[in-house]
Order: sequence, then structure tokens, then C-alpha cells
Amino acid sequence: MVSQGRPVIEAKGVNLVFQTADGPVQALKDVNLTISQGDFVSFIGPSGCGKTTFLRAIAALEHPTGGTLTVNGMSPDEARRKRAYGYVFQAAGLYPWRTIAGNIRLPLEIMGFSRAEQDERTDRVLELVELKGFGKKFPWQLSGGMQQRASIARALAFDADILLMDEPFGALDEIVRDRLNEELLKLWARTGKTIGFVTHSIPEAVYLSTKIVVMSPRPGRITDVIDSPLPKQRPLDIRDSREFIEIAHRVREGLRAGHHDE
Amino acid sequence: MNRALPVLSVLAGIIAIWYLAAVWMNSTWVYDQAERAGTTVSFAEMVPQTMNQDRPLLPPPHQVGAELWKGLFGQAVTSKRSLVYHGYVTFKGTMMGFGLGIVFGVLLAMAIVRFRVMDMSVMPWAIISQTVPIVALAPMIITLSSQLGLTDRDVPKAVIAAYLSFFPVLVSMVKGLRAPDQMQLDLLKTYGASEGETFLKLRLPASMPYFFASLKVAVAASLVGTIVGELPTGAIEGLGARMLIGSQFGEPLIMWASLFAAAILAGLLILVVGFVERAARKRMGVPA
Repeated sequence: MVSQGRPVIEAKGVNLVFQTADGPVQALKDVNLTISQGDFVSFIGPSGCGKTTFLRAIAALEHPTGGTLTVNGMSPDEARRKRAYGYVFQAAGLYPWRTIAGNIRLPLEIMGFSRAEQDERTDRVLELVELKGFGKKFPWQLSGGMQQRASIARALAFDADILLMDEPFGALDEIVRDRLNEELLKLWARTGKTIGFVTHSIPEAVYLSTKIVVMSPRPGRITDVIDSPLPKQRPLDIRDSREFIEIAHRVREGLRAGHHDE
Repeated sequence: MNRALPVLSVLAGIIAIWYLAAVWMNSTWVYDQAERAGTTVSFAEMVPQTMNQDRPLLPPPHQVGAELWKGLFGQAVTSKRSLVYHGYVTFKGTMMGFGLGIVFGVLLAMAIVRFRVMDMSVMPWAIISQTVPIVALAPMIITLSSQLGLTDRDVPKAVIAAYLSFFPVLVSMVKGLRAPDQMQLDLLKTYGASEGETFLKLRLPASMPYFFASLKVAVAASLVGTIVGELPTGAIEGLGARMLIGSQFGEPLIMWASLFAAAILAGLLILVVGFVERAARKRMGVPA
């Protein structure tokens, strides 16, 4: 399945070198990638392969030292000012002193939405992540999975077109992770957002994505880009289908190949 | 009851030791008196005579208790002999110093966290400031303030109290304002939050637990500072002055009663601070 939408994120020959005490470290080397409107793109690879760094570069949290990277045709910094993306970190990172609704209001307060609109949007995204009625609870009163859903709601609240997720379910157990994966797909289908998703898990990447980007470390680079032939509607048991297993196999091969040339 | 029992056992132990020490220390006077009169006293005769002396070396608990009661309730609270009056004077000084210390400590912490150059230049001096003995510094502050034409003692007392109480607030607030981790700071960055918003919405609320923990130390330090500020010659009001009068005029009972009044005041202040802390924690959603 080839993506049809207009390109949203375009990386051309992106290089990123960190200056560390032990000398320069090449975190990204010559990364070329185009992500189109409505894509669900997973970045997979061992630690140190630059998948998180690339996501952070899209979000203007890191700055490439070479090449060009554009988001909606703008520099990542400009895109941030236009509220182009919401970011979800590995930990939910909810403020313990704010209620769930208060946490979701945080970006809205900073972006200057009116109080009425804050409330309206908070209610809407709480419903979207199936946390309706939990707005008045404090984070410690919710399970880890619910906290992560609240943090996704927080990223959705200001209607960014792009959702960047850095191993959002990495700290959760398998069963909760399955449920949240299913819900994330539903959310994606309903909102039509472009999603960039960093993960360690092959099944998670294959199950969720329309495009799988396989990366390898030292220096961090892309070794394979797989356009998934799976349909948009994906019940959990699609993971037992032949196609699914074939894609998973190709991802695993890609990861292994990246490992060989060390 | 389960919580009271250990406390009461320790209290009973202290009182027992106190009585034994009182007998031992006050017996010298009893034996001296007997020797001068050319008589001898047995141990059994000596013990009762150590319990009610006018100028005991160490007054036993019941004498201190009686003096304390007299000082608190024996006269109008406006009387110069009332411990309530002197306690109020000390309380006022403590609160002024406490307030001043909080403001100074918080502002300094904000500057230190914001500006690296402040961190490197001011922080070492803040630490050095606490190594100077306050008893040596207090008379200088009082002399200086009278040089500046401040006749009453309120200002120098507050300054001395603030000198001691700003430090725990400063150290805790520096730690508290730096408590948010990189991820939380990055999150605000993705919202395009300004530095002011990051401070108000993240750093400040994150520092509150540290702030309240420091208040208990700060209020106690402020009370000590105020009492030290009341000690140098010339002071006639406050628990510190009362203690000094007791010691200079050979009235150990007055000194001890003032000491206990100060301890009670400290206990009350810490209770109030603890109450405010709990109320704030509840508001900030901390599980009970």
C-alpha cells in the first residue's frame, strides 16, 4: 500500500552529531525519509540507533547538524510555533499536583485558549481516550495505562496534525499494551493524524504501522523502510496472519543486517 | 495511645533524671548551710531541702512548672512580668524574621537557579554566612541599626532572625526549583512555553514540597535568631531578655520558666507550620 497523502515530514541527508566528553558521536547519518499525511510510521531498532533522536529532531528538541528537515514545509522550530505536533514521552509525565483535566489543560493554558474552550477540549479528548469521568482524579489515582492515555489526551488537546510518540507503551505490561495499541489504531482512524511512533517491539511496530522504518546504530541510520500491505482495519488476531508474520520477518532481517556490519 | 506511650515514657524518664540531678546539684547549698550553722544533715533531711530553694542551681520540675504557670496566668497579659507579654514580643520578632527570611530565601533561590553566575558567586557566600556565630554577629547588627537611627529593636531582631531562617529556605528552594526532570522541561518546550510559564507552571509547583519541608526548620531558626537578638544588653522585652535578666540577677526560676515558654512557643509554631503544610499538600493532591 503506497501512501497517498501530501508529504508532511521530509528529511534529506539529515546528519546529527553530538559533541560529548568522549568526542563527537554521530547519532544520525544521512537520513532520508518522507512521511505523508495520515501515515502511521514506526521507528524500530536497537538502542543507540537514533530513532528517538530523529523523533526529537522532528519536534525541534534536537537540531540536525547537516541536511534538511522540514515539517509541513517549515523548519521544525517554526512548525512548533504553529502547533504542528503533540509529543508523548515514554513516561506519562503528568504533573502530580494537577488533576487529569488540569494536566490536559496545561498546553491549552500556555497556548492561550479561553477557559470555556479549555473545558470543551478537555472533555472531548478525555472521551477520545476513554477516560470520561476521570477528569477530577489525580494521577496517582489512575493505573499506569490510564496515565499514559491521559498523556495522549494531553498531546491531542490542541489539535496538532502530527502525533510524535517516543515508546509510549514501553513501560507497560503486555496485556495493557495490546489494549492501548488497539485503541491507538482506532484513535488514528478517527482523527486521521500523522503518527510517528518509536518502539523496541517488532509485533507492535508491524501491528500499528503503515510504514516501518528499521534503523541500526553506530552511526544511527535507516537500513530499511517497509510499506505495510496490511489493511487499515486491524483486529488483534491479524498478528497470526501470514502477511503479518512475513513483515515481522523482514523487520527482523533488517535489524539483524544492521547488526552484522558493526 | 500507642503513639502517646513512648513519648510519655521518655518524658517520665527525663523528669526522673531531672529530679535526681536537682537533688545532687542543690545539695551543695544544703550542706554548706549546715556546715556554717555547725550542724550536720542526714541524706533524708537533705533531700526535701533541695526541692524548694529560692535560688537553686537547678530548679526541680515542679518549681519551674509553678513559675511558668505564674508567668503565664499569674497576672494581666500586658504586665511586664507576664510571659505571655514577653512571648508575644518574641513571637512578633520571629514572624517578621520568618517572613523576611522566606522572601529573601525564595528570591535568592530563583536568581541562583536562573543565572549560573549567581550559582557560582552567591551560593558559597550563603553557606559561609551560616558559619559565622550568630551570637557574635547579633550585637553588631544591633549597633549598626542604632547607628542608622532605628531606636527600637524590631528591625535588627527581624534581620538577625531572617539571617538564620533564609538559609534552609534557600537550600530547599534551589533543590525544589531544579526538581523537574529533562522530560518535563522538554514537554513544555514542545508547547512553546516561555521561561516565565515554565517557572510558574512547572518549577514553582514542583518546588512546593521542598519549600514546606524547609519552613519547619526556618521557623525554628527564626525563633532562635529572635531570642539571640533579645540577649545583648539593653533589651528589656522578649523571652531572650527575660532569660538574660533571670541569669544576671540570680533568678534561675525566671530563666528556666522563660526557657520553657520559648520551647512551648517553638512547639506551637511548628504545629501551625505543619498544619499549613498538610492543607497545602491536600490542595496539591498528595495522597493522605
